[in-house]
Amino acid sequence: MPEISREQVAHLARLSRLALDDDELDGLAAQLDVILGAVASISQVTDATDVPPTTHAVPVENVTRPDVVRPSLPREDVLAGAPAAEDGRFRVPRILDEEA
Amino acid sequence: MADLTRLTAVETAAAIAAGDASAVEVTQAHLDRIAAVDGDVHAFLHVDTEGALAQAARVDAGELTGPLAGVPLAMKDVVVTKGVPTTVGSRMLEGWRPPYDATISTRLRDAGVVVLGKTNMDEFAMGSSTEHSAYGPTSNPWDLTRIPGGSGGGSAAAVAAYEAPLAVGTDTGGSIRQPASVTGTVGVKPTYGGVSRYGLVAFSSSLDQAGPCARTVLDAALLHEAMAGHDPADSTSIDAPVPPVVEAARRASVQGLRVAVVQELTGEGYEPGVQERFDEAVALLTELGATVTQVSCPHFAYALPAYYLIAPSEASSNLARFDSVRYGLRVGDDGQRSLEEVMSATRAAGFGPEVKRRIVLGTYALSSGYYDAYYGQAQKVRTLITRDFTAAFEQADVLVSPASPGVAFPLGAKLDDPLAMYRQDLATIPSNLYGGPAMSLPVGLSEGLPVGLQVMAPTMRDDLLYAVGGALEAALHDRWGGSLLASAPELEVPGA
Repeated sequence: MPEISREQVAHLARLSRLALDDDELDGLAAQLDVILGAVASISQVTDATDVPPTTHAVPVENVTRPDVVRPSLPREDVLAGAPAAEDGRFRVPRILDEEA
Repeated sequence: MADLTRLTAVETAAAIAAGDASAVEVTQAHLDRIAAVDGDVHAFLHVDTEGALAQAARVDAGELTGPLAGVPLAMKDVVVTKGVPTTVGSRMLEGWRPPYDATISTRLRDAGVVVLGKTNMDEFAMGSSTEHSAYGPTSNPWDLTRIPGGSGGGSAAAVAAYEAPLAVGTDTGGSIRQPASVTGTVGVKPTYGGVSRYGLVAFSSSLDQAGPCARTVLDAALLHEAMAGHDPADSTSIDAPVPPVVEAARRASVQGLRVAVVQELTGEGYEPGVQERFDEAVALLTELGATVTQVSCPHFAYALPAYYLIAPSEASSNLARFDSVRYGLRVGDDGQRSLEEVMSATRAAGFGPEVKRRIVLGTYALSSGYYDAYYGQAQKVRTLITRDFTAAFEQADVLVSPASPGVAFPLGAKLDDPLAMYRQDLATIPSNLYGGPAMSLPVGLSEGLPVGLQVMAPTMRDDLLYAVGGALEAALHDRWGGSLLASAPELEVPGA
């Protein structure tokens, strides 16, 4: 089934927010082809047609806890691990183009 | 007192409780051992000398008591530890000091366990050899030119090299059991939900589970019990009593137990030497009073493809959190580049090749047009594998197989062949997909290297693993005149 092109990998990399170079894209295209070829055998499981999917090994539903206010982590401790912080907040690169 | 690093966890705790050794002495002996051999083994990414000695002093002051008080432990670097570097084997989190503790970190500290440091691992726990660590590989103490397994190779190697009697691992597709298998140690993946995942850096959330690594079955049981139990901070944690694992390890009996060999997990794909040791151990189980039969689990043949679709899919979503904003690396933030450009540059620089491979694979499997054929189909196959387990457990109390298809392979041998690396998890993956507990314990040598046997049990019957493991271990120790690790070559100690 698979036949992965470099363009497809580039698209997936964009979706994954990975700035890969051309060598990485070519390498991944070849590897994904091999891996997907190997896992494609899963389509041969014909008795899976009417089977419900399992999303979780132990089905637990609607786990709640009392709605009680608890102390959160100190702001300084959390910001200390951030790559950039300013005025008690995470500092991020611009998210809008200048002309926007 | 004899060499404190050679004691089991049980013996160590007893020596401290009896006043034959202080917790500080025990800790210092292990720190010295690490200093002597870890240059060769490279099990540790970070040694917390100060924190370990401070914790040991609290035990000596009588502030912390319990069956593991004063016992040193090596913590896999996927478990967050407040103020102590946690890298997950990745450049992405280099230098990060978490602002909080994982639930298991807190529980172990409260139990008086002394965390010596953080152990090496494949980046984000993706791998079977520890060669995908961004900080260089760990060596197998049995042969330094060989892999210690993965992803928890550092934890297994630390235990095998007498750098710590106990270690914590995590197991998504075999990352506790395969390293145990190839290092001659005991490793257990508990029932999914049996041990809190709060504070584990997530790889594949429906599969990840933390568990014990040790040199004996009883030591593993004590660590299992200390870590396990319901945690309100983890909504997938099971709100039920912890199975009686320590009692089962002490009872160590297979009398009347129904054991079944899984046909699909033997024969082709398994090294002859591994198969021989496995067959001998199964014969020994019969001698010890178990009834041994064969079962067929036909969908296990599809466990590997199902896993390599489900786990990368979940990983591609989980690893989105590494967005260069809240923690870890940021590159290319020159005031000109946009958030998306900085994020993409950071993730390209911070993730290694295997992590990128799995993120892209998972993104593909989840993408529109392919979802049903790949991820959706894999989840249906997961149901069929669970049904195979359920049917098998009607005929048998536990299932057995080799834990790993081969003995430790040379470093570098499979690094350029992802599929060959993935096949290391052939026997371990089914239990992750099903959620039941499983153990690897050493049953002998092939080509001078350890072979592990896997025991698989029904969900929340973790105690059965320890009953079987304890019985087999006692019989094998009688046969060998001691533990398998006692026959490992001695590591060179400078100045010794």
